[in-house]
Amino acid sequence: MTWQRRHVLATDDWTKAEIEQVLDQTGAMVEVLNRPIRRTPALRGRTVILFFAEASTRTRVSFELAAKALSADVTNITASGSSVEKGETLLDTVRTLTALGGDVIVMRHSASGAPYFVAERTDAAVINAGDGWHAHPTQGLLDAFTLRGALGDLEGKRIVIVGDITHSRVARSDIDALVPLGATVTLSGPPTLVPSAWRCGMTPRGTTYEPDLDRAIDGADAVIALRLQSERQQAGLLPSIREYAKTWGLSEARVARMRPDAPVLHPGPMNEGVEIAASVAHGARSLIETQVTNGVAVRMALLYLLAGTQEVTA
Amino acid sequence: MTAITDLRRDAAKNGWMTAPGFIDLHAHLREPGFEESETIATGARAALAGGFTTICAMPNTEPAIDSPGLVAEVIARGAAAHAARVLPIATITRGRKGKELADLVELAAAGAVAFSDDGSPVSDGQLFRNALEYARAAKRPVFEHSQDLALSAGGVMHEGVVSARLGLKGMPAAAEETAIARDLSVARVAGGRLHVSHVSTAGSVELVRRAKADGLQVTAEVTPHHLALTDEWVAGSRAFAWEDGGDRATPYGTSTKVNPPLRAAADVRACWAGLMDGTIDAIATDHAPHASTKKDVEYQEAAFGISVFETAVPLLLAGIAAGWGTWDRVVDALTTGPARVLGIDLPKDDLVVIDPKAVWTVTASSLLSLGKNTPLLGRTLTGRVVACIVDGELRVDLTRAAV
Repeated sequence: MTWQRRHVLATDDWTKAEIEQVLDQTGAMVEVLNRPIRRTPALRGRTVILFFAEASTRTRVSFELAAKALSADVTNITASGSSVEKGETLLDTVRTLTALGGDVIVMRHSASGAPYFVAERTDAAVINAGDGWHAHPTQGLLDAFTLRGALGDLEGKRIVIVGDITHSRVARSDIDALVPLGATVTLSGPPTLVPSAWRCGMTPRGTTYEPDLDRAIDGADAVIALRLQSERQQAGLLPSIREYAKTWGLSEARVARMRPDAPVLHPGPMNEGVEIAASVAHGARSLIETQVTNGVAVRMALLYLLAGTQEVTA
Repeated sequence: MTAITDLRRDAAKNGWMTAPGFIDLHAHLREPGFEESETIATGARAALAGGFTTICAMPNTEPAIDSPGLVAEVIARGAAAHAARVLPIATITRGRKGKELADLVELAAAGAVAFSDDGSPVSDGQLFRNALEYARAAKRPVFEHSQDLALSAGGVMHEGVVSARLGLKGMPAAAEETAIARDLSVARVAGGRLHVSHVSTAGSVELVRRAKADGLQVTAEVTPHHLALTDEWVAGSRAFAWEDGGDRATPYGTSTKVNPPLRAAADVRACWAGLMDGTIDAIATDHAPHASTKKDVEYQEAAFGISVFETAVPLLLAGIAAGWGTWDRVVDALTTGPARVLGIDLPKDDLVVIDPKAVWTVTASSLLSLGKNTPLLGRTLTGRVVACIVDGELRVDLTRAAV
């Protein structure tokens, strides 16, 4: 199948075949990463611009390693604060990025929808590395890849996503990657941190909401815990972090309610002792480090599909 | 009035519709202070191109229209524009700050036709009561922008299934409805003439309906966009509330960002029902032009507002064609309804002529308004104003081009 998409902004309108193509390509990239020399010339002569307008180390480094493993030239542009604060508008930045002549713009931005704004105004391919609460498609795809590796075909598998769903681009992109592959998703978390529409019967296709984590996790095939920002408590959405940890934190006892060997994922960075117990985070079920490794491979796969100049041979 | 007689004859011959000049209770002309977005002159010309021969200018300018001198200035500039008749609305509170009443009697004497802090609600309940009571001495209505600022804090669109999907902070219907409920309750003790601006939810319509049934002296308006567009437009839909599918725009288009926000299809339906049964008295544009610098930004940073004057008539005609309303009732809500809200007689020598079959595409250059911020850009609409008469004078004439 020939790759058709110019950008990776969200996977909400992707077909199962498209997602599977990325995951299969990711498998080939894992092989490249397992070689003694982790480098292939697939993007030789291409320039990848990493535009991170919001603090991020992990995702930026992951993309940087991915681009370099494909022999692309990589440039970093960092900016902090909103466009209003820093006095340069996103429109100015887009014009600059376009003038610089990058082939791929990888961007992270605090405003939901910002990658659409950029994609509409540049000739480069745009990869969304996280926009506000909206989407983090490479995280969704790497979670799907990781779960497929652990569970095999995801058809009929039930995955629990627990935590701050409302403010989570990871939750949305996990849903958009897992449901097309046949999985069902149970959302769990405090009602103040789940969108009202999703609590009132209008959940996205393939998902349900169960506030009681013990019930949600019972017999599940995997669980993904989300990072809890302490500012949610300050905003009055939670009485206390302590109560959150007790009610929605992944303890060993809770994890044991899943199917035997059902894996535990977390997009990182973790608040150990809040949304996940340290013993779970570093326990036998944890795939959290595998997620990090797979993240590089997924990003390589997407960069290759969008801008590859030479074939990757296994 | 030979101009009117001649036009009526041409209209009958060509299958055009005629109506008394439309009165818009709610328009932002941006002057003084934001002349890059609109001026009184450009706004008055755009209004006329949309069939509005009388427009009420909201006072949220810089400075805000809170003194008799500023009211006089708006009147003078409106007259100089020689387009639509411009009637000034003055603020309820000094500087629109919601702290102390403006000099309402003097503002009325200077020519203010109503009072409003539009864009901001008068959150202090006691001050709002005082405004309603004191405005009785000025014999003018109070136009309230009803919004609970705590419930809507940080919101950039309607809270619902679309905001959940897009990861944008929503403004719940409750933010509008609790505020309207308070306003109606206060009006019951205060008396006075409360006019509820831009009603947009099914619950709001029902609150006004019940208040009227109880005998409360209250009026309400709805905008053309809340009678046609839904929150799906933020996600890129280009389908009216009564349509399915069709082409799509890029999601997060900031021209869909407006306050009150575009609501769900059921709310649009309820607004039409409220219009048809007389709960809603007037269709008002809330024309809110913005310079591109305010809109060519991230969705959450963009200014609220849609440029509406020149697309109002075709939007309403589309709703009528879909069977959601009738032409007679729409005309009433654009003429006698708003006149009743203002307590004025319908200007006798105004006329608007509409070609209901004219098909045109909305483009930036097709709009006279400086504000090109409409989500209808690129969309083909049916129905267009071909002539307007103000005070017996033909001020818009596309009749030759239209024949």
